[in-house]
Amino acid sequence: MIVTILDVVIAGLLMGGIYALIAVGLSLQYGVARVLNIAHGEFIMIGAFITWSLYTIVGINPLVSLAICGPIVFTIGFILYRTLFTRLRTSSASLAAFEGSSMLACFGLLFIIQNVAILIWGADIKGYSYLAFPVKIGGAVFAANRLITLGFAVAIGLVFYLFLARTRLGKAIRAAAQDPAAAGLMGVNIKQVLALCFGFGALMAGFGGTLISMSYNIQPTMGLEYTVIAFIVIVLGGLGSIPGSLLGGLLLGLVGSIVTYIQPGLSLVAYYVIFMLLLLAKPTGILGK
Amino acid sequence: MDIVRVISKKPFEPGLLLLILILLATSPLYVPEYTVVLLTSIIMYIIITVSWTMFSGPTGYISLAPAAFFGIGVYSSALLGFVLPLPVVIGMGSLAGFCLALIVGALTLRLRGIYFVMFTLGLVELLLHFILWWEVNITGTTGRVVPTVANTTVYYIMLLIFAILMLTTYFIRNSKFGLALQSIGEFEEAAAHRGINVNALKTIIFAISALFMGAAGAIMATRWTYIDPKIAFNPLLSFMPVLMAIFGGIRYLYGPIIGAAFFAYVEEFLITRFPYHYMLIFGIIMVVAILYMPDGLVGLIQKLWKRASGETDEGT
Repeated sequence: MIVTILDVVIAGLLMGGIYALIAVGLSLQYGVARVLNIAHGEFIMIGAFITWSLYTIVGINPLVSLAICGPIVFTIGFILYRTLFTRLRTSSASLAAFEGSSMLACFGLLFIIQNVAILIWGADIKGYSYLAFPVKIGGAVFAANRLITLGFAVAIGLVFYLFLARTRLGKAIRAAAQDPAAAGLMGVNIKQVLALCFGFGALMAGFGGTLISMSYNIQPTMGLEYTVIAFIVIVLGGLGSIPGSLLGGLLLGLVGSIVTYIQPGLSLVAYYVIFMLLLLAKPTGILGK
Repeated sequence: MDIVRVISKKPFEPGLLLLILILLATSPLYVPEYTVVLLTSIIMYIIITVSWTMFSGPTGYISLAPAAFFGIGVYSSALLGFVLPLPVVIGMGSLAGFCLALIVGALTLRLRGIYFVMFTLGLVELLLHFILWWEVNITGTTGRVVPTVANTTVYYIMLLIFAILMLTTYFIRNSKFGLALQSIGEFEEAAAHRGINVNALKTIIFAISALFMGAAGAIMATRWTYIDPKIAFNPLLSFMPVLMAIFGGIRYLYGPIIGAAFFAYVEEFLITRFPYHYMLIFGIIMVVAILYMPDGLVGLIQKLWKRASGETDEGT
């Protein structure tokens, strides 16, 4: 019985670590840059497929790929914000109008990225085996790659949290999240900071994708499911709250693991029910005011 | 907003629509059967897009639930198709869409923009996964067979749904409900203070729009003959109407129709040969349309037309 509980809890944390990471990314993009990035999952997919290609074709260690995928997706995100979204932001009459039009532009991006990926890699499910040997923790058995995934997810999340809390740029980002206009008046280069935020959001997604590809099968259409999960997590943790996203991710992972244990196949349904109850009872999230 | 009202009151518009309807209604008599089938799918897209615009256009609430309402219609047809006569099945399909939207709307339309978008998108995923789980674990199947109906019958029913939809849209646009919806989209708090029952109105129009999507799903299922949850609840059907309406021009009565007809026609030729290129082009057009054509194709044409004829804006 205790082994079973441990089994379920650790499996939940393993999944939750990834959820937390991708939710932090979406939280930055929506909370600060004000883009509800429906294509968030596509950046995850790009990260996963670049890692897959590097591992199966060139033989590069997936953990090294983190350092390669990260800058690539970051650059894509940064350029997208500086061109497409900055233009939309300046031409929109209000913030609400920008939120609407930028989200619709993300639809376009979703189609573009997903289908470019299908043209490059094909529509099939892919996967590779990396560090798949079993590890025992207190009687429960896990694949080593999933433990490494969790370790990296938590480490990346913490490093990023420290970056936001301790550095000057982190301070500028937090200021821009509270009030972009006032932050601009205080000398923050607001366009640059918002673009960086969008880039960092993509970076988190790219990292998430690399880690996901180590333990799960991947395919070009995998993104949407992760986007929905990431959004549920940021609502759970409170929109724009980074610690909330980390906590919400782990929590949702736990719920998923418990539901999967009782009735496999219903975990997404459970997430959605939580989302529904949350929106009706406390739309500001568990850490929201 | 004045533009919309002036244009929709031009006297020849209902006449033009009637002419097109008569042409469409008689077309099975003189066009090949392939064209009838093609027209059926074009009209299906038009129905989904126009009914999407009926709610999302004036209010600005972007719903990503069309695939859910369409899919519920498809499943009504699969469950009842062998038991009940066709008109009743379609009635049940639209009723299922209507009821689902009524519940979802009553629960969520108090929420502002972004929450609503994600909620509706999640709804499609929820239904897909739940029905998939249900079919595998409870009923022990994955797919279902739907009784076939003659192509011409499908076409006429689709056309009838389209005609009723256009009448409904026309009346809503020109009634005080249309005006109230418009005011909700512009400034919801102000609309509420003017005595409009904002939540009730939004929910009702949302449910009416879902009614047509459910009906379209119920009749379309008979043409597919075999369905499973992934076919019925294809998220693409949620994204298409958004793109089609925006490309055509969301503020104009004819914008969504033109957008839907254009894409459905192009899709027919490209999707079998270059499905991924087609979707890629789709995405690019979407981004370009949002950047450079905020009023859609119809808005662009009107602007160019005005410039070409040297007309000033005094008419508006």
